[in-house]
Amino acid sequence: MRVGVVVFPGSNCDADCYHVIRDVLLEDVEYIWHQEKEIKGFDALILPGGFSYGDYLRTGAIARFSPVMPAVVDFAQRGGLVIGICNGFQILLEVGLLPGAMLRNRSLKFICEPVWLKVKQSSTPFTNQIPESELLQIPIAHGEGNYYCDPQTLAELQQEGRILFTYCGPNGEESDSFNPNGSLANIAAITNKEGNVLGMMPHPERCSEAVLGGSDGVKIFASMMKWCQEVKF
Amino acid sequence: MLVKAKIYVTLKEGVLDPQGEAVKNSLHVLGYPQVGQVRIGKYIEIGLDGQDRERAQKELAEMSDKLLANPVIEDFRVEITEG
Repeated sequence: MRVGVVVFPGSNCDADCYHVIRDVLLEDVEYIWHQEKEIKGFDALILPGGFSYGDYLRTGAIARFSPVMPAVVDFAQRGGLVIGICNGFQILLEVGLLPGAMLRNRSLKFICEPVWLKVKQSSTPFTNQIPESELLQIPIAHGEGNYYCDPQTLAELQQEGRILFTYCGPNGEESDSFNPNGSLANIAAITNKEGNVLGMMPHPERCSEAVLGGSDGVKIFASMMKWCQEVKF
Repeated sequence: MLVKAKIYVTLKEGVLDPQGEAVKNSLHVLGYPQVGQVRIGKYIEIGLDGQDRERAQKELAEMSDKLLANPVIEDFRVEITEG
C-alpha cells in the first residue's frame, strides 16, 4: 500500500499518520504538500488532523480550496481510499465528499479524551479487520465535532449503512450520556455512498501502538492495507 | 468605483447554536429573564474595487455561497452600503 499524507498549513497530525504507516505497518508513505496539483501512484490518502488555516471562518473552509483539493476529489471519485481524521473530516465535509457539517461542541469545550466507539459495519475498506459490534477505544481532540445534517441525509446515512462508528459507553451503550460533543445519532464517523471515503473525528493515529496506551487505531489502517492488497482500484 | 458591502452569516433555523445557548443562559444570570432566544452569527465587511453595484451584488452572493457561508448550516444576507 502506498499512502499519501496531505499536509495543509496548520496540519499537526501529519507526522503521526506518517509514522504509523511507515513504522507500524511498514508500508510506503509520502507527504503531499497542499500546493501539489497532481496525485499519482497512491493507493490511499490521509487528510490528517490539525487546524488548517487556523480554522479561520469555519473549520476546513479555506483548506477546501487548496490547490491539491481537486486532485483529492478526483482520486476519491476514481475509487481511491481517502480517510479524513478530525480536521481532515471537516475538510471532507466542506469540499462535499461527505454530507453534513460540524457545529461547535455542545459543551463549547475543546474535548481531548479517549472515547469508546461502536463498530457499526465490519465489511468496509476501513473496518474489515474489526468484528462488527466490537468496541474500540480511540481519543478525540476537537472543539467542533458536533456532527449535523438534515433529517433526510441522516435517514440515508442510516439506511445505507454509512455510519461506521458511533460514540458509546464502555459496554456499548449508545446513549446521549456517552455522546461527547452532541453529534446527531452519536455519529463519530461516516462514509460516502460508494464507501471509499471515510471521515472520522477520533484519532486512530494516536493509539496505534501499545506504547501509547492502546493500539485499537491501527486496526483501521490495517483494514485499509488489507483492502488495498485485495482490491486494486 | 468602490463598492462596500456588509455580509451577515447566520445559522439556519433549527440548527443548534451552542454559543447562543450559553450567552442566553448568561443573560438570564445577569438578570434578563425575558431573553428568549440568542443566535450568534458572523458579520463580514467587504470592499470591492472597480465594480458596478449590480455585478457586485451578484458576485458577493457567489462568494457567500462558495466560501463565506456553509449552505448546509448557514444562511447569508448581502447588503451593499456604498457604491
